[in-house]
Amino acid sequence: MTGAQAIVHFFKEMGIDLVFGYPGGQIIPLYDALYDSGIKHILARHEQGAIHAADGFARASGKTGVVIATSGPGATNLVTGLANAHMDSVPILAITGQVPTTSLGTDSFQEADIYGISIPITKYNYLIKEPSDLLPALSEAYYLTSSGRPGPVLVDVPKDIQTAHVDPSIPKPVSIPGYNPQPAPKAEQVSALAEALTRSLRPIFYVGGGANMNNVAEALLKLAEASDIGVVTSLQGKGIFPDGHSLSLGLPGMHGPKYANIAINEADLIIGLGVRFDDRVVGDVRRFAPLARIAHVDLDLAEIGKRLSVDLPVSGDLKLVLEELERKLSPIKRPEWKKRILELKKEYPLTIPKSLKEIKPQAVISALSAATKGGAIIVTDVGQHQMWSAQFIESKKPRRFLSSGGLGTMGFGLPAAIGASLSGRKDPVVLVSGDGGFQMNLQELATIRQYNLPVKIVIINNGCLGMVRQWQQFFFQRRYSQTIFEYNPDFSKLAEVYGIPSQRIEDPNEVERAIGALISSKGPGLLDVIVDMEENVLPMIPAGRGQTDFYETDS
Amino acid sequence: MKKIISILVRNKPGVLSHVAGLVTRRAYNVESIAAGPTENHQITRITLVVSGDEKVLEQVSRQFEKLIDVIKVDAIPHELALTGELALITVSFTPEKKTEIMSLIALLGLTIKSIERDSATVMIAGSAQSVDTAINGLAPFHIKAMARTGLVALPIGGVTD
Ligand SMILES: Cc1ncc(C[n+]2csc(CCOP(=O)(O)OP(=O)(O)O)c2C)c(N)n1
Repeated sequence: MTGAQAIVHFFKEMGIDLVFGYPGGQIIPLYDALYDSGIKHILARHEQGAIHAADGFARASGKTGVVIATSGPGATNLVTGLANAHMDSVPILAITGQVPTTSLGTDSFQEADIYGISIPITKYNYLIKEPSDLLPALSEAYYLTSSGRPGPVLVDVPKDIQTAHVDPSIPKPVSIPGYNPQPAPKAEQVSALAEALTRSLRPIFYVGGGANMNNVAEALLKLAEASDIGVVTSLQGKGIFPDGHSLSLGLPGMHGPKYANIAINEADLIIGLGVRFDDRVVGDVRRFAPLARIAHVDLDLAEIGKRLSVDLPVSGDLKLVLEELERKLSPIKRPEWKKRILELKKEYPLTIPKSLKEIKPQAVISALSAATKGGAIIVTDVGQHQMWSAQFIESKKPRRFLSSGGLGTMGFGLPAAIGASLSGRKDPVVLVSGDGGFQMNLQELATIRQYNLPVKIVIINNGCLGMVRQWQQFFFQRRYSQTIFEYNPDFSKLAEVYGIPSQRIEDPNEVERAIGALISSKGPGLLDVIVDMEENVLPMIPAGRGQTDFYETDS
Repeated sequence: MKKIISILVRNKPGVLSHVAGLVTRRAYNVESIAAGPTENHQITRITLVVSGDEKVLEQVSRQFEKLIDVIKVDAIPHELALTGELALITVSFTPEKKTEIMSLIALLGLTIKSIERDSATVMIAGSAQSVDTAINGLAPFHIKAMARTGLVALPIGGVTD
């Protein structure tokens, strides 16, 4: 069997029946092996589209997304997607073609050192130099993508390895000395946490992407309800605890509702669960949760204490820790705290500005939330619309809100929605994008059309790079340097050219009906919503400030 | 604060890039880095001398532990560290200074690797401090070239527990 055939054989053995990619000279042997393999290959229109699609597939399904690209420019086009997946801990197996081993290092045509380039943006990577290394590397790579803290792994396969004869036996089980993907919790750490929780009057769970598993979500809900624990969810954690629940406080940090941040400010115990204490959440480290002891549960030891000092470190697999915690804890009702949470939510609700003339973006997203009722996979791009989505979409389950958090990659949304629509989930997939980010990967409309993927696209079209414009308005005296689009195509006409049904609206009275029509339509669809250009995402805590330093607008 | 960190890694191609890359990426202050084989040919030992405050140094160890190729990370406490370093130093001189230099070399206990008409290359192996002493001793003359290996270390007894 050739190396290329061995890769396909490996896919089949692992149950991988869907891959994303884009061919080229140094990966032709693998594409030849795929040709009549029965494995479904989604041909994107750009390698960045292919890898974000694999990413969206992985986020929605929980399975490893596979992406294939050729050497040189094909491989370097994966870079943003790798960095994006690395930041948000998304399992991706990237396979790249490479010039033959005999030409390595000679600056041959389409040679790029993707191994060297991808070291800092992958969980691990390989350059295969011997045919006999191919399958051991692949199975180790695949295992690494999803075990422990997930992440992208790249395997660079020179062309002569793809054509060389290899032994098709797949080594398993994989064992890597010093790699412990499921560390057992330390009993004394969990006991300390249980004790702190028992004594706490105002506890908050701060939940992140590391908790993105159904069984963890269930355990969390049980614990929170049994003991009246407030819950904030990071962007990656959104949906793990149901939005709208009486104990849910939504998104903490820069653009979180005031009640989330005030609650953190009043809490006496913050328990981070599979979360990074990101700077967009924490702000000023010295002023984060000033009254609280900080507990941090994570299987990645390097995350504990990285940004702020942790009083109660708990290393270990989240699910195991929660099971242990539940055993050690007797439920305590905290009526005062529960009342305070409700009070805060009532006093500082997120509001939708009223307007008779122009459409307010928040109204669109709120209508989308009402129309989908937590039963859709919402994918966002990056910018204001992303933050409004985080604020106004009610997510009820894990893996239903997909957004580029750590890297904040514009152009992520459209291809990620493509991947999500192929994840095998029944839920409809709705993309909320800005007009800026949409234009970063809009070539993927062709992919949607070609495979007839039922992706619903809502463009929050403010004619500008809204989030940057907002910062310029607040912090640079409205000097809108290069953030206003003096030309934009008519996105609805553009969609038509791609054979995708579309509509453009400008009247606030049309919002509900148009959203309803889009959601209930069968195939793909695009809704271009012209909105108020100078709308801002509020509340806002300026970068690096304290938890309650809300920016006050003059208007 | 300075710390000696000893890392055992899988002896794989690219492992040094992964380790060195982490140092620059996380902006750690590394004073020296030395790599070489161990008693097991599949395992390489990398010794780093890192400076920073307690919190940074704790992070350094944990970040290294996270690298897939890393099998074990040991911070060797100074009181338990057996350390050694090697340096090659070329000094140049005028003919009339030759005797003076030669007696200094003998005094410092340096091994002569080569002597030319107007230069000599000597070797010192010992603690970092004895290497420093040799370099300082030769400093009044012209040090034309120098190569230091960086510190290698083992804890007393060979392993920490
Ligand atoms: C690839 C990339 N380039 C630049 C940025 C910086 N950036 C962050 S938000 C933003 C504006 C996004 O504008 P748009 O897509 O129209 O969305 P809006 O903020 O208007 O909702 C920009 C330029 C980024 N996040 N990603």
